[in-house]
Amino acid sequence: MSSTRKIAVNHLTRVEGHGNISIKIKDGHLEEARWEVVETPRFFEAILVGKKWENAPWLCGRICGICSIGHTLASIRAVERAFGLAVTPEVDKFRLLLKHMETMQSHILHLCFLVAPDFLGTGSVFPLIGSHPDTVKLAARLKMLANQACELIGGRSLHPTRTVVGGFTMFPERAELAALKVKLAAALPELDGLAGLIATFAIPDFSRETEFVSLKGEGRYPFIGGALVSTDGVVRAEDDYLAMSNEYCVEQSTSKWSQLSRPSFAVGALARLNNNYQLLTPGARALAERFGLAPVNHNPFMNNVAQLVECVQVVEDSLLLIDELLAAPWGKPRQEVTPRAGRGVAAVEVPRGILYHCYEFDGEGRITKADCVIPTSQNHANIQHDLVALAEEMAAAGKSDAEIEKLAEMLVRAYDPCISCSVH
Amino acid sequence: MTTEPSYLGVPVVRPRVAFFELTSCEGCQLQLLNNEANLLDFLALIEPVNFREAMDEKSDEYDIAFVEGSVTRSDEVERLKKIRSRAKILVALGSCACFGGVNQLKNRFVDPDWARRQVYGDFPIETGPALPLEAVVPVDLRIYGCPIKKEEVERLVTDLVLGKSLEVPKYPVCVECKARHHLCLFELGEVCLGPVTRAGCEAWCPANRMGCWGCRGPAEAANLVELAEVAKRFGVAEESLLDRLECFGGFAGAATELRQRLHDPGSVAEGDKT
Repeated sequence: MSSTRKIAVNHLTRVEGHGNISIKIKDGHLEEARWEVVETPRFFEAILVGKKWENAPWLCGRICGICSIGHTLASIRAVERAFGLAVTPEVDKFRLLLKHMETMQSHILHLCFLVAPDFLGTGSVFPLIGSHPDTVKLAARLKMLANQACELIGGRSLHPTRTVVGGFTMFPERAELAALKVKLAAALPELDGLAGLIATFAIPDFSRETEFVSLKGEGRYPFIGGALVSTDGVVRAEDDYLAMSNEYCVEQSTSKWSQLSRPSFAVGALARLNNNYQLLTPGARALAERFGLAPVNHNPFMNNVAQLVECVQVVEDSLLLIDELLAAPWGKPRQEVTPRAGRGVAAVEVPRGILYHCYEFDGEGRITKADCVIPTSQNHANIQHDLVALAEEMAAAGKSDAEIEKLAEMLVRAYDPCISCSVH
Repeated sequence: MTTEPSYLGVPVVRPRVAFFELTSCEGCQLQLLNNEANLLDFLALIEPVNFREAMDEKSDEYDIAFVEGSVTRSDEVERLKKIRSRAKILVALGSCACFGGVNQLKNRFVDPDWARRQVYGDFPIETGPALPLEAVVPVDLRIYGCPIKKEEVERLVTDLVLGKSLEVPKYPVCVECKARHHLCLFELGEVCLGPVTRAGCEAWCPANRMGCWGCRGPAEAANLVELAEVAKRFGVAEESLLDRLECFGGFAGAATELRQRLHDPGSVAEGDKT
């Protein structure tokens, strides 16, 4: 007798935004597996049209509640590149430091509050307050440190206030920066403790060969600007982002999808690490080795480990950045802006992967066209292909519905999707 | 319900609380997970029973519903009505829920379908005007801000749980800013809606030398005519004033009037020219 099983997850939990998983298995064989995005669109690219340049960072930061700093910095970079505006070295360093602290905040939130419950057998972080109080407190301390650093440099950890085209409205005090360095140095052993916990997690053994896209680092593990690269050997200039992202609409999603050399590709911590492994700081490199993470790794669940490695990476790099900042005099925080007609592109690595903003301006600095390509949109097709492969494997192995459902959820969660962002 | 916490020796009943999001960036819910130093105390005061961004468990029985985001699609209207029918207290969380937020900026285009075509071309996508919650259901409490300020949420939720009266400032941000001796943004040549925007954020943006964008909506006595005069006196472009008045939807009337005057003749919004 033939039997059909259906697994349906409506509005997946512990991710940002609204997505559904549906899987159909007939007589032990996968018939269909779908990753659907049902989020309501917000039309940021239309909202920007007619607005003057100074509105872009303020509005675009609001594309995302988790990576608002990354969106703000990408928006600023696109405007500055369109106007041919170069900022001072200290502004660049403060921006990267701010970016690092957002990366840490976001990765800790994902690993400890959203992912850890899967491996510790609970439905949320709340029961862990009772069962793993030290871990929850450790996670809260690390997240708080990163958020406070974002406030110190960006004015606010969410929808920052000091970040503007031309620089910052104001810099922090030198003494505050020196104090941050002491706290960050103390965070390294804390991260080592977190690594000890994550080492006990049974990372699912699943691989599907795919392409990984990220910024290409030059001397420093890359986060802001530069050439674009893929593990299939594609290299493009930042301005050429459309040839890298290739967005298209699909019926099963209100978010657009992307492709490059294959039917899908992946972006995010694992993609950055696969493309820039040799640029990791010593502690981050050692941690990657401890977890057996070496390029090119094709297990999407290892994105969680890559995020842990990047936490150490951004803390170690922040210590260097603070030293560089404290060793030099600072000019005024903000430069004059002279608008001109033209097009500006920015590629920035936000926690979930590479993000592009592109604006076209008229002579008065009003936006005539805007385009934003979000990391999670670029990942949707890859999630879809992974989901099919994973469900096929599980069905053939005779796994129960509950097991398949849990693993499918964990797969999507490993990408740390930011769905409302992808349907901006 | 559990009754562990107490106030003045009287046990406090922890309300069952649910969190929902409509069209938004989900940043306000994320703010609820910030203020890590007080997070465990805050969570001890309530019983979260529905919080999709953080937990798997779901319950349809709750006392207080916090709803983030604006309404832009018919399924959201239905969801919101269902939430309203179940919640004793419905809280609009953040600017999108209170006023439509940045989402309502697409409403300014004269042709409502223009924004959809601009982003999706011929691809069919359902969307309507971005509306605040109160355009669809009655709202009991508003928590203002983009983003909301966690300290204010903590205070309001504590007062709510203890049965105290809820106080939101009636005076403008300018009062909080002056009391803290911050530089006046107008003096720096920037536009600031501090004189007309409802206080309670402790002049969050002006403290960081960013003029106020009015995310908390109008104070009780907001003199917009005088604000326009002040802006003129400091040489601020009317377009910059409009950018801020229309940004979050709290000053919709004043923004519409100014937009029509700036874009006269024909009252055509910028994007509609294409």
